[in-house]
Amino acid sequence: MNKLILGRYFPGQSIMHQLDPRAKLVAGFYFIFILFIANNWLTYLLLILFTFTVMYLSGISFKTYVRGVKPLIWLILFTVCLQILFTAGGKIYIDWGPITISQFGIINGIFIFFRFVMIIFLSTVITLTTKPIDLTDGINSLLKPLRLFKLPVDDIALMLSISLRFIPNLMDETQKVMDAQRARGASFGEGGLFQQMKALVPVFLPLFVGSLNRAEELANVMEVRGYQSGIRRSSFRKLHWQLRDTISLCIMVLLTVSLLFLRFNSPL
Amino acid sequence: MEIRTNKLEYRYQKNTPFERLAIHDITISISPNSYTAIIGHTGSGKSTLLQHLNGLLQPTSGEIIIGDKKIVGGVKEKNLKPIRQRVGIVFQFPEHQLFDETVEKDICFGPINFGVTEEEARKRAKEVLQQVGLPEEILSKSPFDLSGGQMRRVAIAGVLAMNPEVLVLDEPTAGLDPRGRHEIMEMFHRLHQERGISIVLVTHSMEDASKYADTIIVMHKGTVYRKGSPNEIFSQPQELIELGLDVPETIRFQLKLERKLGRSIGNTTLTMESLVHSIKQINQRGKQS
Repeated sequence: MNKLILGRYFPGQSIMHQLDPRAKLVAGFYFIFILFIANNWLTYLLLILFTFTVMYLSGISFKTYVRGVKPLIWLILFTVCLQILFTAGGKIYIDWGPITISQFGIINGIFIFFRFVMIIFLSTVITLTTKPIDLTDGINSLLKPLRLFKLPVDDIALMLSISLRFIPNLMDETQKVMDAQRARGASFGEGGLFQQMKALVPVFLPLFVGSLNRAEELANVMEVRGYQSGIRRSSFRKLHWQLRDTISLCIMVLLTVSLLFLRFNSPL
Repeated sequence: MEIRTNKLEYRYQKNTPFERLAIHDITISISPNSYTAIIGHTGSGKSTLLQHLNGLLQPTSGEIIIGDKKIVGGVKEKNLKPIRQRVGIVFQFPEHQLFDETVEKDICFGPINFGVTEEEARKRAKEVLQQVGLPEEILSKSPFDLSGGQMRRVAIAGVLAMNPEVLVLDEPTAGLDPRGRHEIMEMFHRLHQERGISIVLVTHSMEDASKYADTIIVMHKGTVYRKGSPNEIFSQPQELIELGLDVPETIRFQLKLERKLGRSIGNTTLTMESLVHSIKQINQRGKQS
């Protein structure tokens, strides 16, 4: 559990840390969209360069990012293999019944690989450089227009921030309960599937009971402090959109324009 | 059973950016049939040390010898179950680990995990329930219907039912009312005396430490600051106060009285009786002169 990098926050002072979370979220989602504009080597090169620059600007070591990709590497390789094996076209290297390894297949496989890695790297940059609370504030403020469609944006934001707030607590508690049950002779991750699942009951039950109790306590405490649902509240923490945030979005537009240009006017 | 550690060190999340040295250079021994209290500030590494005593954590360097099993730092040891049976740990707020439908089943969970027959486990459940001072009717109830104090006793009973030779307690009385505290501490004392169980107690209560323990280990910043008998440890109360630790009420009173009187009234006293005695003595000396 401790090896998980995705979703963690690394404190720092880099440019990426100082950007507004809204700018980062918008740019991040936007990046995933423009990834699909890329279709040849030059466009991919440009995107890779962009990703690495952003990673460099975050001031976090490359090793950390690689560790973030590691848990997903099998999924990525699996998809890449499927692409290579089942895409036809171009020069054919190996022809073996329904399985053919062709030029297009290999190129496609490589593209897919980079697409995956870039998405993971860039989203890791966002989560590593943004405090979870800023992230929820950002999501909240981006969802605000949806109020027009009667979406309970504030409630969603509240639920989100409470969940984020309690993830570390729940992880701690899981560890504690597991330790306590292990001290009573329970063993985890041993035996067949059924046995392993049965071994988790002494962990999950106390956790569920604990969560229910905690939810009740939290609800009481919130009510005592004057919380009411469905009322427009003021917010203590305010996000400030600054010049550098506008610039970062402009860079995204610039990137799109050059991508489109390279897509249709590629010399290669 | 004896537990010895030699230069024990533990780092959390070793080889990651989050690496943190929790305890280091710990050389202690817990002899059979002893009562050891571990005191120290929050975050001084007490709980980390505890988890080494039954192999839940394994040292990153140094070694720990539990009975005839030796765990060397950096070498992953498997099959620690026999150790876990002999060293029972009662964690903080143990009532949070109850899970089964009935109290009886929950108490039997430990023994059955260690290969005791169901029949024998049930017999033990009845016995330990008596030892922790709960009525037998409770066996068929759901643990979630009990009061906080009763739940804690059931949880402790679940550990006792494993028949451990060493009982490790992490603040067993936290969050209990004064009476519950007293009863539970007396219960452990009785177990120690009647069944010869060694007890390792982590506590913030200096009264408990001085009253029950025969050895006290003071932890500070992840290592052993001092160790000795309660008399030795509390004979220099100033040192403990500088560490930000409490001293027993009697000692605090004595220090205040001595400051007011401007002279010493004898050795530091750990119990109310001996404090009264030394005050009486200076009173008598005063009358004689």
